[in-house]
Amino acid sequence: MSEPDNRQEAAMSESDVGRDGVRGARPGREAVTGARAGRRGGRRGRGERPMVPEAEFSSYYGTPVLNKPTWKPLDIAGYLYLGGLAGASSLLAAGGMLTGRPGLAAPARLGAAGAISLSLAALVHDLGRPARFLNMLRVFKPTSPMSVGSWLLVGYAPLALTAAATEVAGRYRLLGSAATLASAVLGPAVATYTAVLLSDTAVPSWHEGYRELPFVFAGSAATAASGLALAAAPPGQAGPARRLAVLGAALELGAFRAMKRRMGLAAEPFDRGGPRVLLRVSELLTAGGAALAVSRGRDRRLAVAAGAALLTGSAALRFGVFHAGVASAEDPRYTVVPQRERLARDG
Amino acid sequence: MRDAEDRHGNALYGPQPDVSGASGYPDAPPRVGFFTDTSVCIGCKACEVACKEWNAIPEDGLELTGMSYDNTRGLGADTWRHVAFIEQRKPLGGQEPGVAHDDVDVFAAASRLGTDTSSPGPVPAPAPAQAPDPRISPVSPDGRTELRWLMSSDVCKHCTHAACLDVCPTGALFRTEFGTVVVQEDVCNGCGYCVPACPYGVIDQREEDGRVWKCTLCYDRLGAGMEPACAKSCPTESIQFGPLEELRERARGRVAQLHAAGVTDARLYGDSPDDGVGGAGAFFLLLDEPEVYGLPPDPVVTTRDLPGMWRHAAVAAVSLAALALGSFARRPR
Repeated sequence: MSEPDNRQEAAMSESDVGRDGVRGARPGREAVTGARAGRRGGRRGRGERPMVPEAEFSSYYGTPVLNKPTWKPLDIAGYLYLGGLAGASSLLAAGGMLTGRPGLAAPARLGAAGAISLSLAALVHDLGRPARFLNMLRVFKPTSPMSVGSWLLVGYAPLALTAAATEVAGRYRLLGSAATLASAVLGPAVATYTAVLLSDTAVPSWHEGYRELPFVFAGSAATAASGLALAAAPPGQAGPARRLAVLGAALELGAFRAMKRRMGLAAEPFDRGGPRVLLRVSELLTAGGAALAVSRGRDRRLAVAAGAALLTGSAALRFGVFHAGVASAEDPRYTVVPQRERLARDG
Repeated sequence: MRDAEDRHGNALYGPQPDVSGASGYPDAPPRVGFFTDTSVCIGCKACEVACKEWNAIPEDGLELTGMSYDNTRGLGADTWRHVAFIEQRKPLGGQEPGVAHDDVDVFAAASRLGTDTSSPGPVPAPAPAQAPDPRISPVSPDGRTELRWLMSSDVCKHCTHAACLDVCPTGALFRTEFGTVVVQEDVCNGCGYCVPACPYGVIDQREEDGRVWKCTLCYDRLGAGMEPACAKSCPTESIQFGPLEELRERARGRVAQLHAAGVTDARLYGDSPDDGVGGAGAFFLLLDEPEVYGLPPDPVVTTRDLPGMWRHAAVAAVSLAALALGSFARRPR
């Protein structure tokens, strides 16, 4: 945790008192706080710097401007991941069903139902008042991605569960087919709306990426679902999953790069500390898993390994994005400096 | 289509002169708010105490921050008024030096207390010389001291376009007939979405109860025709309550007055209906940049970009379906 501390010192470099007390000496009655400090330039040797005038940065004792998200990381990052896994699995289930690949459709149906159930459980667990989950269903508000998402889940979850139940029971095939197709229609929305959920906040590293984040999540959902299918479906029927893994990985990695390029300073938390490790691991597992799937995916054991890599990579991405956002809310620099630059630019 | 209409009707962003009317109150009283003139704030924290007392807010830790006289830190679930305290090496304005009574021996004066009925208090010291005492420093040549304390009582801004209200999935956050933003604690389910949505870091979740809390602008008092507790308790009228239009007028006059007096640092914050939140219902007169007080310099309501977010997510969802379709497409033989 040395990096955030460094940042804080940078923020207060000309004042004598930091958030953790007096730095270096005991200035006593000489103590001065709230003095302006210039933004330290060239702190990192590499990386781009925005081509706008250096904005002055000051803060209130280095305390955050924003209140950071109170969401529990395991619940909400897990919710994002499982929603993606479920939504894209429904697509594989429908595709497998329509192209006569029951060995692919079956694990995809079960995966979608399991993932969406866990995801709902995570959401309810994260509510401050779990007993009041139903309060979200007393209104429908298009301005609230959480409200839209709740209704989406209310529509999608029963379909995914019906599809899985008929699969297990081996009866009511017609009902199961209809539910599979309907869940495939809602699936992509379930997988991508979570990007809006994050972006529609004041958290710099979530909001600034609102154009590309849905594509990152769409690609990540595709890799997760294909990972599950690769691990569970017979290789002879898993061809579409192998192709989806490659397409999804390309979309995810490409969109993430484009997003970071556009975000300026708000992209920095993705390249620091814990989020950096998570995202780097995600990149390696996703790219490696997709490459392994498409080259050696016909070998059952290697297909399982590729599937595990893709599933883990997708999860690491959601946790990385989640934690980077929290870090960006905790440091006033990411709130103040881009706003200052905007003011300087727009006059 | 609906999104476009919303934008043009300024439902998500831009000036909105009739905020209560737009929320469905046909005969709403005038919009009310706070004008916090920090140039007269003395940092007494009476507002913090009055707020806690009136709203029965639980105690939230009695710890010392070690950074300044500010041991409250910031706004949160259990702090709806927060007095910031900043000390700077900067002149504030003309201050009268030579009134420190350095030449009065208070112990000697105290020992004489009660012994001389004709003079129960200290013996009046000789009148200070007309010229400022050269020993009193630091004073710059124009008679200004080289130190200033900035104090500012922060509060929920009751934005014209309130992100917390927009993103609340239960409808627990609502717009009152006075144009303020209030949480209904019996509806809030603790999802916490409003917390990162607020561009000012105002609303927060109370840990032991899971729900979110923030300033109500004393909705209960307003209903009874009373002013909010903080404004009522403010001894210097740094916190002024009233119809927003009237407050904005008064604030402009106050800035002009301060500029004329040589306090060129004075500026208004959050008063303009053209800003990123459509104008704040609680705005401020500050003596330095907003970020020095812990306020964002140019906040924009996150839902301004929501139509764009939904569009991008829709295209991404279609792309995902297309990827799946492409994966199942039979390769040409």
